[in-house]
Amino acid sequence: MTSSTRDRFIYTLAVICAALLVWDFYKIFMVLPDEANQGAIYRIVYVHVPSIFTGFTGFFVALVASGMYLGTKNLKYDAFAAAVTEVALAFATIVLATGMIWGRIAWGVWWAWDARLTTMLVCWLIYWGYVMLRRAIEEPTQRARLSAVVSIFGCADILIVWKSIEWWRTQHPAPVLSMRDGGGMAPGMEAPIYWNWLAMMCLATIFVLVRMRQEETSREIDSLRRLAHSY
Amino acid sequence: MGAFWNGVWTIAQKDLRSELRTKEAFNASFSFSLVILVLFSFAFDPTSEELHAIAGGLLWIVFSFAGALILNRSFARELQNDCLDALVSAPISTAALFLGKTLANYFLLLLVEGAALAVFAILYDTHFSKQFWPVVLVVVLGTWGMTIIGTMFSALTVNLRMREMMLPTLVYPLLIPALMAAMTLTTDLMGGTPLGPGNTIWLRVLAGFDLIYSVLAVVFIDIVLVG
Repeated sequence: MTSSTRDRFIYTLAVICAALLVWDFYKIFMVLPDEANQGAIYRIVYVHVPSIFTGFTGFFVALVASGMYLGTKNLKYDAFAAAVTEVALAFATIVLATGMIWGRIAWGVWWAWDARLTTMLVCWLIYWGYVMLRRAIEEPTQRARLSAVVSIFGCADILIVWKSIEWWRTQHPAPVLSMRDGGGMAPGMEAPIYWNWLAMMCLATIFVLVRMRQEETSREIDSLRRLAHSY
Repeated sequence: MGAFWNGVWTIAQKDLRSELRTKEAFNASFSFSLVILVLFSFAFDPTSEELHAIAGGLLWIVFSFAGALILNRSFARELQNDCLDALVSAPISTAALFLGKTLANYFLLLLVEGAALAVFAILYDTHFSKQFWPVVLVVVLGTWGMTIIGTMFSALTVNLRMREMMLPTLVYPLLIPALMAAMTLTTDLMGGTPLGPGNTIWLRVLAGFDLIYSVLAVVFIDIVLVG
């Protein structure tokens, strides 16, 4: 993709994303009624759940991209993996923050050591380590190689953490979405979750593209600097 | 296959022999665990009954801190005089090199843990003699998980400037499922609850963790050390 077509793509996506978000938030705040037991605070689910989906999609995509880097040794996949992980980490932060706000009101405490919260926190810590590792290595191919391995190890860990913490304790509300056999939400209330997911995926894609451009520019500057030093 | 295990054994022997001659990792790690064990006595009432409810957790915190000291040095000690380059170019596979180092670390760590466990039992009046073999099983499985991840990341961070800082940042979050399982089991066993249907699931988590990461580490070690 040339840089001008990419720019155009980013702007188009931004317009779609903005339109989706405005429409979704109009529905969420103006059309949908308060929930019977929780009142107005339940609306946080429309940010919380789509952010989880976006975050985990990101971590999974990063795993695939890391594997592809190791298979091809093409640094483009490494830049992609790094960008996706950072964006997914941002969404994971949103999940934790919105979850804590909801918990403060619904449970009375900011934090409960419940299964899903703990899983999310562990997941956050693992990928935070990934980002730290990238900052600690300067040589691009070494950075790409080692962080790809960490990404794969991290993803495997999340699967184990997910299952084991579920056995440990569960306080989090049971799944309410019909796709996980929850069926606890009225259909009209459930739909905005998926629309918001779409909007957030658009937003995440924009962030990833911008971050990748930044990564490419910094690599270009690096090579120019090296060229300048060689004279 | 015989040559592979020969390589593993040679590396393990080399590491253990140099440790036996200096005893520096063992001494540092054991004295560090003593200090932590003493510090615990200020964190809570060491004579209370509550202690039994958290004993397993405390013990594994000691193990994982003491382990970090041993594992941190595992590959870093080979940097002097370019020993690591010589090891990587030796006529054995990197997997054999890795497994050899893992075995040496494992053995050392088990020694430190055994000593720390004895001190812990004396200082805090804990009894696990009734559940001795199950505790040994948990320690053996938990320590393997810790060693395999620790040695892998010791190799991964060996060339980094901020090695000492990066290793714990990366290793502890990954160890959480193994530590959680080991802590739960050890607390149960020290409280007198035998292994049963209520807690064998944690044994499976530990064994699964060990298996998954042993395979992943052996598969990826070549990428980490050679590229």
